[in-house]
Amino acid sequence: MADQELPTRERISVLDRAVQRVLGQPIDRTDGPAKVTGDARYAFEMAAKDALYGHILTVQIGAGTIRSIDATAARTAPGVVAVLIDDDRLPADAVNSFDKPKSWRLGREIEFFGQGFGVVVATSAEAARAAAALVKVDYAPRTGRFDPDLSKPEEHEPEGLRPAVHTGDFDAAFDGAAYRYDAVFTTPIHFPAAMEPQATLARWEDDRLILHSSLQSTGGATKAIARALDIKADRIRVIAPFVGGGFGGKTSVGAEAIYAAIAAKETGHPVKIVQTRRQTAHLAHHRAPTRQRVRIATDAEGHIRAFGHNSVIAQRHDRWFIEPVHIGTTHLYAGAARSMGVDVVRANHPTSGAVRSPGEACGTLAIEVAMDEAAEALGLDPIEFRRRNEPGASPVDGKPFGTRKLVECYDEGARRFGWDRRNPVPASVREGDWLIGTGMAAAIRSNITVEARANITLHPDGSALVETDMTDIGTGTYTILMQVVAEALGLSPDKVRVAIGDSTLPRSAGSGGSFGASSSSSAAALACQDIARTLAARMGVDAGDMTLQEGHAIAANRRVPLTELLAGEAVRADGHAKPGDHTNAHVSASYGAHFAEVAVSATTGEVRVRRMTGVFDIGRVLNEKTARSQILGGMIWGIGSVLHEDGMIDARTGQFTNPDFGEYHIATHADSPPIDIHFIEAVDDLANEAGAKGVGELGNSGAGAAVANAIYNATGIRIHDYPITLDKLIDALPED
Amino acid sequence: MKTFDYSRADTPQDAVKGGAVGNTRFIAGGTNLLDLMKLQIETPERIVDISRLALNEVEAMDDGGLRIGAMVPNADLAAHPQVIKAYPVLSRALLAGASGQLRNKASTGGNFLQRTRCYYFYDTAVPCNKREPGSGCPAKEGFNRIHAILGTSDACIATHPSDMAVAMRALDTTLVTLKPDGDRRRISIHEFYRLPGDTPHIETVLEEGELITHVELPPAPAGKQAYRKVRDRASYAFALVSVAAIVAVDDGKIANASLAFGGLGPMPWRSEAAEAALIGKAPEREAFEAAADALLADAKGFGSNDFKIPLTRRTLIAVLRDLTEDAA
Repeated sequence: MADQELPTRERISVLDRAVQRVLGQPIDRTDGPAKVTGDARYAFEMAAKDALYGHILTVQIGAGTIRSIDATAARTAPGVVAVLIDDDRLPADAVNSFDKPKSWRLGREIEFFGQGFGVVVATSAEAARAAAALVKVDYAPRTGRFDPDLSKPEEHEPEGLRPAVHTGDFDAAFDGAAYRYDAVFTTPIHFPAAMEPQATLARWEDDRLILHSSLQSTGGATKAIARALDIKADRIRVIAPFVGGGFGGKTSVGAEAIYAAIAAKETGHPVKIVQTRRQTAHLAHHRAPTRQRVRIATDAEGHIRAFGHNSVIAQRHDRWFIEPVHIGTTHLYAGAARSMGVDVVRANHPTSGAVRSPGEACGTLAIEVAMDEAAEALGLDPIEFRRRNEPGASPVDGKPFGTRKLVECYDEGARRFGWDRRNPVPASVREGDWLIGTGMAAAIRSNITVEARANITLHPDGSALVETDMTDIGTGTYTILMQVVAEALGLSPDKVRVAIGDSTLPRSAGSGGSFGASSSSSAAALACQDIARTLAARMGVDAGDMTLQEGHAIAANRRVPLTELLAGEAVRADGHAKPGDHTNAHVSASYGAHFAEVAVSATTGEVRVRRMTGVFDIGRVLNEKTARSQILGGMIWGIGSVLHEDGMIDARTGQFTNPDFGEYHIATHADSPPIDIHFIEAVDDLANEAGAKGVGELGNSGAGAAVANAIYNATGIRIHDYPITLDKLIDALPED
Repeated sequence: MKTFDYSRADTPQDAVKGGAVGNTRFIAGGTNLLDLMKLQIETPERIVDISRLALNEVEAMDDGGLRIGAMVPNADLAAHPQVIKAYPVLSRALLAGASGQLRNKASTGGNFLQRTRCYYFYDTAVPCNKREPGSGCPAKEGFNRIHAILGTSDACIATHPSDMAVAMRALDTTLVTLKPDGDRRRISIHEFYRLPGDTPHIETVLEEGELITHVELPPAPAGKQAYRKVRDRASYAFALVSVAAIVAVDDGKIANASLAFGGLGPMPWRSEAAEAALIGKAPEREAFEAAADALLADAKGFGSNDFKIPLTRRTLIAVLRDLTEDAA
């Protein structure tokens, strides 16, 4: 077994030596044709003989208790097979392996609007839904905290995803500085907003549970499911070959999976459940609303002496996840005195959790605008200000950085965008009705390497199979794993088959936190290295002296077909990548720079983004096309987060008011301008075996701030309360 | 979704006979009705499918007007050469609405009958006088950023969501209907919609089983036409404010003005007072401001939609300025 602590890179990786020229190429996603022709089957499309359909029952008040439930009419409604209520295992919402089960086993206690309490099972989805409307619930309501005051935190910096940072004497450094910036920003609730809602088909084979479910991990999910159902994880198989978007919302196991499993057991039939779009808002988690105070203190030349990023977020009771608002801020800029942390207010809201770039997405909307304001006050170009505060090592503890091409991203971005042609004076460029402005912002996303396994089989016919329980949530996993293996073993792409999305395959950490591609690629690369060693032994040479290309092993003036070396027998290797001591010895992140040009209607305040440029350092580029697509999607999310997205909770009832795509606005194609994306490729030897860093969430970090800064440059108006909708601009627009 | 009976009508006469039976809905494109049925906001017992009725022609009329079959899809109507040429305000309004996929399915007749997008109307867990008469209106003191500032009542402050119907109102459209007893009615669009009063669930003067079969546009009016829609994103969003304007300038004076508005009221809004403030006046800022003043004299915000008042004013003035620029 190629079992290796990452990152060591004491010798050259199998990928560095490879000559097949497949890795990094902009190859179309191999699963694309199946998806556009409908061949790819998603969880709810899976067929099962005699399947029944469930509809989740949810409470319709925001706080209190359920006094009684009358399901008489529902039980006798057409098509209804069963109504399951009062089963202690039925979760209030999504389940996971880090919260305590009591956080979702709420019984008849109502903690938040829309929590699940039962399921109607019927012969059709429509019959189940219609019958669900007949279930009568008598509530004893109590006054809930639906409108938490984020200016009055209750829990001070609890342990979360990112510890608080307190270095130096912040107050002294801040108070004594030549220039001080101090402002408050607020960001609203964001939904993950995946196109495919949470959906599951559950069936039992004796005491084995098989779930076709829409999840970001398969093997990892079995642990959470096991806790929720009080059964052993090795009795559970999760299958998810295709997932219609995750965006963090499918890192937990959807409530419907547990309901379907219980209903399937009770009825003896396979059971399918899909959450309605409105249910997903309440049953799946959202990004918490934040209130962020940003303080920046500099000397007269603009060198940062103190950086404060202190936030308050809302979370429901007993849930552990704390939006890590300062995760990107921690290592972004210089400044010896640092005060960064997140406080919490508990609320009767649905659960908040990890959504698209947790921390950075909302954090950069504050700090990257604050940096823009500080630069202007100091009379510095925003890039120059950032350049002056580029740290050479971690400003927290002096640890070295992995590859960090942030300054190169600024420079190349500025060149491509034409930053030197910018008029820095706000509200000075106008084209007819449109006020034109440009802005920039930095991008950062913590890079995480996680434990991952992959098996590779080189078949006697010279084709390879890579197996791991990773998912492809629309990101390109099928394609990049193929490329890694084809590159490392010298095979043409059509000789590599990728099997993923099944918990019976070797365990990965799934997709999330932008760690999926780099971690699973590392595991695959390590397995390839093992196979290469076996092949080299058969050639009678050292692996380092052998080249694998076009299905041949080349060494010592010989070119031998792999089929000949294999001699009718498959070679198999297990790759196991995991973070090692080196991981903690340096600071790893992906970086980038965003540039945006906006037009703001002088009449109405409507904002239209006209073009964007993004330049990124993501380590090794595994596939130029899928990497670009991920960044593109992230930047468009950035547009949505600054201009549109706003999950609204009614302060009187605690329910989401706009839980559908009609009124929860995300950026449409028409809102997405031409976007120029460029990578400054620098294989990160410290990051992992693949030399690749996270991509998926990087594009969403800072993109919105670049747009906000461009709006200021266009209009002279700063809005710190996101999203920047026209009603917030209109009173400050010029007289028409 | 509740179980329902389905039948397909082959002729308008069949359709209205079927539609006259209690709790029946016609379905054409289904782009709004199906969503409402899934949420059980609409719970018809019977559905009469009218999508294959032979009402999909756009024909020139003898008087120079245009007769549009009720089943003509929004996309087709927007792209019709005669509409683009003579009624550009209508084409623009149609293209400003919904998304490409929805416009391919949505019918001309159905577009008039869209239900509001009020958040609370869509949420069966809360009261709504439009959904459950007499239950109450949470919008007045809740989230009302997208709600009406004109024509509201204590019972309801919802807006009518259509873009097309706003242009139709500026164009003095007539709706032609067929009733179950075989009678035909011609209803001016100005009399078609009802203000909410204390019966916000009754939105039009259509009677049970009455079917819109055609829409008639009078000959193209003199003047230039514009449709300006202000919304929160560039596509697939309902109007915060929209203006359909037709303005003719003759000899330095505004000779004719027709102004209709979306996003402001419970129906596509028309303001005779605003038009009167323009006619006979030089196309200058003073007249435009007077028109805005007249339009908004009775405007009332409910908190988060207060911005619609200055927004409407600014948008109307800008539209009028653009339409009369060359003539001034």
